[in-house]
Amino acid sequence: MTAHKRSGRETFWMVFTGITGVLILIGVYMSLIWAPTALNLPTVNEQLAQRVFYFHVSAGWVGYVAFGVTAVASVLYLIKRSRRFDNLAVSSAEIGVVFTAANLVSGSIWARPTWNTWWTWDDPRLTLAAIVLMVYIAYLMLRNAIDDPERKARLASIYGIVGFISVPLSFVSVRIWRTIHPAVIGTASASSQGGFDMSGNMVITLLFSIFTFSLLYFVLLHYRLCLEDQRVELEEYKMAVMADS
Amino acid sequence: MSYLSKVRAIVWKDVRAELRTKDILSSMLVFAGLTVLIFQFAFDLRASVIQLVLPGVLWIAITFAGVLGLNRSFVLEQDRGSMEGLLMAPMDRSAIYFGKLIGNLLFIFAVELVLLPLMTVLYNMSLLSPSILLVVFLGTIGYAAVGTLFAALSINTRAREVMLPILLFPVMIPVFVAGVQATARLLDGESLAEIARWVQLLLAYDGIFIAAAMILFDYVVEE
Repeated sequence: MTAHKRSGRETFWMVFTGITGVLILIGVYMSLIWAPTALNLPTVNEQLAQRVFYFHVSAGWVGYVAFGVTAVASVLYLIKRSRRFDNLAVSSAEIGVVFTAANLVSGSIWARPTWNTWWTWDDPRLTLAAIVLMVYIAYLMLRNAIDDPERKARLASIYGIVGFISVPLSFVSVRIWRTIHPAVIGTASASSQGGFDMSGNMVITLLFSIFTFSLLYFVLLHYRLCLEDQRVELEEYKMAVMADS
Repeated sequence: MSYLSKVRAIVWKDVRAELRTKDILSSMLVFAGLTVLIFQFAFDLRASVIQLVLPGVLWIAITFAGVLGLNRSFVLEQDRGSMEGLLMAPMDRSAIYFGKLIGNLLFIFAVELVLLPLMTVLYNMSLLSPSILLVVFLGTIGYAAVGTLFAALSINTRAREVMLPILLFPVMIPVFVAGVQATARLLDGESLAEIARWVQLLLAYDGIFIAAAMILFDYVVEE
């Protein structure tokens, strides 16, 4: 342990992780205390629940960015056949699944006091998030069902590409699905659906939150990639030991 | 041999093999019928007018029966050890994809040819109008286009048959939504022009995924 000297890269990531942690704490303070209350919302519960909005949007954003990275990495894998791209694809997909799940859960928590229901199929974004989550859970299940690393990377890349192409089509389908249907939830005014006016500090808090969540994405991605490298290294040692004995 | 005659040769091979045993077609047909039967009991007494939920039942029956057929198309090749022979044949790999796709389409169409009149009789609804047939036709193409690609993909996994619906269903949701909505609206008496958006979505889905699958199929059968 003592012989291990930190490389410049490791130091950079330690500092980066620390800064991200501090910024997230600031983001929590901003969203829960500093940002103004959405006063136009009728009840206190709705006003309090509205504060989940900053995390909710940020988590959703990271989810979609992560899946986009998976798709690009999948294409690059099929062209270059480097395991680095496959590692990137799976790492990003895993993070995306976690953040999309967080997006759905925080959305439910927000929806309960505001829409008076945990879930509604009348909101296209909600439905789309559920579909996308299923696509990438299937992606991870596919990977688990293949042993050979090369085959796993290749087939998962194909699914990563097809799955990503399906997302805009799914979005169009749930959009048409719900726009020609009457909205079940109050059509009266925006605020009766939990809509609120964004004041200046709210916008700043939202942007800050999206920024810190994006940093968190890079931090998690970095450690997940390191983990994958170490797994590969471990496999190599195992093979070497088996060859010796 | 031209490209088309190669595709035709693969289709003909699959159709002939199927006509000898009729394993796939018979199980797809019985399964589609059972699906309708099961849903009858699922909705009875709860949905006051069963006709209202029928478009959904129709598409679920097509989807579920379709998975059975799609699975067999490559699993059989693998079990017989004939996949290698197929891959060694001197032709573009995409010809294999299109051959398999058309074969799968023929099987699913055959099931629909029985399913649609059956449901028309059982529920006294006119599912045999040209517009509904068009929607079913387009939806089936998109479904089979992705399904054939994923069927080739899932035979390389440990779970094989189990994997296909898990991979396929999240991606085919646009087809399902468009199919159910368009069928329901046509049954409600709307014209084809009024459901144009759904037809356009199905066309886009078919075009995009046939093109994508044609390119990606090469990578699936690379070994």
